[in-house]
Amino acid sequence: MTGKVRLQGKLYTALILLFLYAPIFVMITFSFNASKSHTVWAGVTLDWYRELFSDKLILKAFYTTIAVSVISAAFATLVGTCAAVGLSNMRRRWRTPLLFVNNIPLINADIITGIAMCLLFVFLGGFLKFKRGFGTLLVAHITFNIPYVILSVMPKLRQLDDNLVDAAMDLGCTWQRAFRKVMLPEIMPGIVNGALIAFTMSIDDFVISYFTAGSKTQTLSMAVYAMTRKRISPEINALSTILFVSVLILLLIINIREIRQEEKQKKLLKIGGKI
Amino acid sequence: MKNKICALIALSLAAALLIGCAKTPASGDSTPAPSAPAALSGEVNVYNWGEYIDESLLAEFETQTGVRVNYMTFQNNEEMYASLRLGGSEYDVIIPSDYMVSRMIAEDMLEKLDFANIPNAALIGDRNKAPEYDPAGEYSVAYMTGTVGLIYDSSFIADGDIIDSWSFLFDPAYSGEILMIDNPRDAFGIALKYLGYSLNTTNKDEIQEAYKLLSAQKPLLQAYVMDTIFDKMEGGEAAFVPYYAGDYITMKESNPNLRFVLPREGSNVFADAMCIPKGAANKRNAEAFINFMTATDSAARNMEVTGYVSANAEASKSYAENYDEADRAVLFPADDELADCESFINLPQDILTLYDELWVSLKA
Repeated sequence: MTGKVRLQGKLYTALILLFLYAPIFVMITFSFNASKSHTVWAGVTLDWYRELFSDKLILKAFYTTIAVSVISAAFATLVGTCAAVGLSNMRRRWRTPLLFVNNIPLINADIITGIAMCLLFVFLGGFLKFKRGFGTLLVAHITFNIPYVILSVMPKLRQLDDNLVDAAMDLGCTWQRAFRKVMLPEIMPGIVNGALIAFTMSIDDFVISYFTAGSKTQTLSMAVYAMTRKRISPEINALSTILFVSVLILLLIINIREIRQEEKQKKLLKIGGKI
Repeated sequence: MKNKICALIALSLAAALLIGCAKTPASGDSTPAPSAPAALSGEVNVYNWGEYIDESLLAEFETQTGVRVNYMTFQNNEEMYASLRLGGSEYDVIIPSDYMVSRMIAEDMLEKLDFANIPNAALIGDRNKAPEYDPAGEYSVAYMTGTVGLIYDSSFIADGDIIDSWSFLFDPAYSGEILMIDNPRDAFGIALKYLGYSLNTTNKDEIQEAYKLLSAQKPLLQAYVMDTIFDKMEGGEAAFVPYYAGDYITMKESNPNLRFVLPREGSNVFADAMCIPKGAANKRNAEAFINFMTATDSAARNMEVTGYVSANAEASKSYAENYDEADRAVLFPADDELADCESFINLPQDILTLYDELWVSLKA
């Protein structure tokens, strides 16, 4: 009886996984197809990958995307961490509404954030004589990344014992030193996870980039979208495959880190229990 | 401690803002001073369809003229139009389709071109020199053109049927084997042509008649399609689909049973044309770019990469030699074959609204 149930459960899981990953699997398979068709298989080739890497427009868009993701993730991590530290030191009466405000951009539809920012940049650009471009794109990405970092650092701060910092300062640390030597190492896992999430969010954003990049900058997702005018070229399959694999690797890193941290904590608790 | 941390937050936020703002104006600095006609400098911002150019031409234009090219791509006309309408964009060359050119002319969004700077415009074929969408030929230089025709899979065709008319798209004998373009303007255009009307008609009765024809056709259809046309026709899943001649050549490589015909009732000839948006900062560079792209060598190379037919008559004539006779007839129809064909032009708002309403109720 239980064996049957277990089998059914496994089948169900397999079906769900198939449903989730079949499209991606098809996409990856056809990125190696020798013909341009998505129905007729004409042999294995790496031509689409070769073509992809000789496509200057795509490569330029790729560099833009990487630059925006790295810089915005770094900035958002800095700002977000500071904000989280500040928030956790606030009275609950202020902290709760501020956290709520912080969560709004996460729930808000991208298209609304995108259009709002676009209008803001066009409006400000009129006054301050700037045009939308890499700068505005970067500001937009930093903006939508910050809440993710805050959200990922806050729990670590909550776990942190307030007395630790006080103790450090009692023992002669300046507050900067206490922050650097005591608080920072404790919340570091949250910061790193936040940075990784911000980076991934940046890489796959299309809608907000589309509205804020202006007429001289194009990210990868924008370039891909423009390539879908008629038929989806296998070059796009190749590109999507590469993107999928890199995001997958990033997610794996994030998850493995989290599991390791949990195990470490469990061990520490055990030791603590023995003492 | 609390205060200091707050100050730190404020400081980093201010820094973020400063860096963000400081970076942005920098991109505007490079706008060049108006240059003398002989020597060009500065940049040109080009906004073209995705995958619609031989990219090596861009680098070549840069070395030849010293003008830096910023090349951006869009996916459809409406997207391009919206990004211009929004303001704050700074494109110098745009490449909209026929009906969008005529709409932008009507809305005063385009600059008149100085043809003294575009001598190669003389190489454009007669049909595209003063096209329906730009009757005076003042605002645009045609880039690529092509026809929409009836693509069919000969293995589906009953003996004795000679395919030369749109009538097969409405033929119950092929029920379940017909595909239709999923786009109001093209679908109505075909119905109107079959009924003997202009595809730019503003007569509402004619449009209603076309609507009746399309709703009678709906039960016969396998599907309304766009992106999946290639896969369906290459996989031999359907008998008929109206689509572009250039794409037929690609599909045929995977399915040799496919044929293309320009129906006798006439059809749609599309053209995408290079224009300069109103107020472009680098008009002189833009004209140099248009001239460069219209040259016979560039035109031939663009044809090679995109598979569409250049509006440059010389280039398309010499390039036609690369195809066998059958394909040449498909891609480069003679002018008299195109006598009944039309390009889309902009329509009054009430007609466009009518199209939208009828299309929604057709698909419902």
